[in-house]
Amino acid sequence: MRTPVSSKLHRLKSALAGAFGLAAVAGLALGTGPAEAAPKKEFKVAWSIYVGWMPWGYANDTGIVKKWADKYGIKIDVVQFNDYVESINQYTAGAFDALTVTNMDALSVPAAGGVDTTAVIVGDFSNGNDAVILKGKKDLASIKGQKVNLVEFSVSHYLLARALESIKLKERDVKVVNTSDADMVAAYKTKAVTAVVTWNPLVSEILTDKNAHAVFDSSKIPGEIMDLLVANTAVVKDNPDFAKALVGIWYDTTTLFTADTPEGKAAREAMGKASGTDLAGFDSQLAATKLFAKAPDAVAFVRSPDVGTTMDRVRKFLFEKELLGSGAKSADAVGIELPGGKVLGDAKNVKLRFTDTWMAMVADGKL
Amino acid sequence: MRLINVRPDRGTALFLAVLPFALVVLAYILGSAERLAENPDDKLLPSLPSLGNAIVKMAFTADARTGDYLLWTDTLASMERLLSALAIATLIALVIGVLVGMLPVVRALLAPFVGMVSMVPPLALLPILFIVMGLGEESKIALITIGITPYLVRDLAMRVEELPREQMIKAQTLGASTWQMGLRVVLPQILPRLMDGLRLSLGPAFLFLIAAEAIASDSGLGYRIFLVRRYLAMDVILPYVAWITLIAVAMDFGLARARRALFPWFGAAK
Repeated sequence: MRTPVSSKLHRLKSALAGAFGLAAVAGLALGTGPAEAAPKKEFKVAWSIYVGWMPWGYANDTGIVKKWADKYGIKIDVVQFNDYVESINQYTAGAFDALTVTNMDALSVPAAGGVDTTAVIVGDFSNGNDAVILKGKKDLASIKGQKVNLVEFSVSHYLLARALESIKLKERDVKVVNTSDADMVAAYKTKAVTAVVTWNPLVSEILTDKNAHAVFDSSKIPGEIMDLLVANTAVVKDNPDFAKALVGIWYDTTTLFTADTPEGKAAREAMGKASGTDLAGFDSQLAATKLFAKAPDAVAFVRSPDVGTTMDRVRKFLFEKELLGSGAKSADAVGIELPGGKVLGDAKNVKLRFTDTWMAMVADGKL
Repeated sequence: MRLINVRPDRGTALFLAVLPFALVVLAYILGSAERLAENPDDKLLPSLPSLGNAIVKMAFTADARTGDYLLWTDTLASMERLLSALAIATLIALVIGVLVGMLPVVRALLAPFVGMVSMVPPLALLPILFIVMGLGEESKIALITIGITPYLVRDLAMRVEELPREQMIKAQTLGASTWQMGLRVVLPQILPRLMDGLRLSLGPAFLFLIAAEAIASDSGLGYRIFLVRRYLAMDVILPYVAWITLIAVAMDFGLARARRALFPWFGAAK
């Protein structure tokens, strides 16, 4: 917490820097402090377009967010990002209290960056939404020696590593070419590109080409690519109402849109449109997603030993790629807490926490 | 004494020149220290020692996987793209710029077209470029070329039009053909201006280079920045930005010196 003296100093420093016309630098250097742990009333959630995160946009548009925020007397600002990486960076820099992110990115960016982060909701895992696609070849083994276009250091990279592992190949058996997800579909259409790893909705777009064959997908490694809603640990610790509101919003929305009712269909259609497809497209993406629409399912998943096994794989992958922070001496550098208090890695440096605390409240009807 | 007449002596001038740099560094150090005090693993504003470590790692340590010194391979890859594009753009600009400026027929033919093309935002063309030329070097070089050529052409054409009419008339009375006038009257006067135009194009050229490398690449300065942005490694990004700036400043300085050496009369005549 900041004392009045330091906040005065803060202002003085800003004023000084500003006076010398260094506003830009000052904004970067002094402007954005990490989210501070103190009771507060206003919270910011960052989300980006992905089938498992569309409910956040829908909940915001239809007043579900406001309903739960009002219930706890707080204000929740849900902000959509067009650029997923930027949303992670903004959260890590402290501009947001909560974020939709995959388990791997939660570990490599905020957690490795020292921002203690808690997975408040495990929303789903990818069950086919991420895929390795070859042009004109039908078996994974023929990927050997090819150039593979993917977003380096993303879950696609992890999926490729797992795919290669399954046929006893190493990453050096292929050549990885970093390609922005925004340009993946256009890249696939060019002659030189013969292999890509990407995620939906891009996968289904690319697979409309009859020469494209998905030779490995995330359904072969179920549960390993999770989509989470994480929040700053200090913020949810000091403001449990915020976490309660988040789970309230989430399960209200999932119950609504998975229901076999006209309202459910309308919700799915709206989410499909918002993600650039239609009802059928959205439904097919949902089919490749293991959504935890009901809190007890999510609680059971998070309590299972699978989460620990997965996170162990993920942290080893990240360490190998030097993504666990520059000071990381081993995969143990960043501690990961699992439900029940078990810790993977350095117990003195726990920065990523899996918990069933708030999802269990929903499951037990205690919200 | 009026402020307009106050001239700093050499020492004061040097001090004033250094001051903004020092203030930026100071603001950075203060901000960094403040963030690191709250979170020692903070990645946004790394401390000076960790910036130093990153520089050592990128520039002077062989990469464990490839055995390359990443900063140098990145620099080499980017410079190849940038210089090829600058060379192509210069050549096109010289030919078309001089023709448009000199010959009313060519001006009528090309000036409206070049004017229109110069307004097309090159970045918006990127997806088309990638589909037409693939993701390789060609499309990256093409983007930079498309980005700066129209500006250079228009700039040169205008400079040619600015040349005093009397020169052409005099040359004609001496019996010069159009070709000779182009070679002996226009070209020598336009080359130093072309170098100035190039200097002003360096900024945009780097912008297009970084943009092209951000999208699909396996090496290059822009590639590295967008790659490590994936996990917010500001300790790598900041030295890279500083390095790019240094390269651009050095190129600008080099062009200015070369112009002065090659066309000493140009500056004097102005």
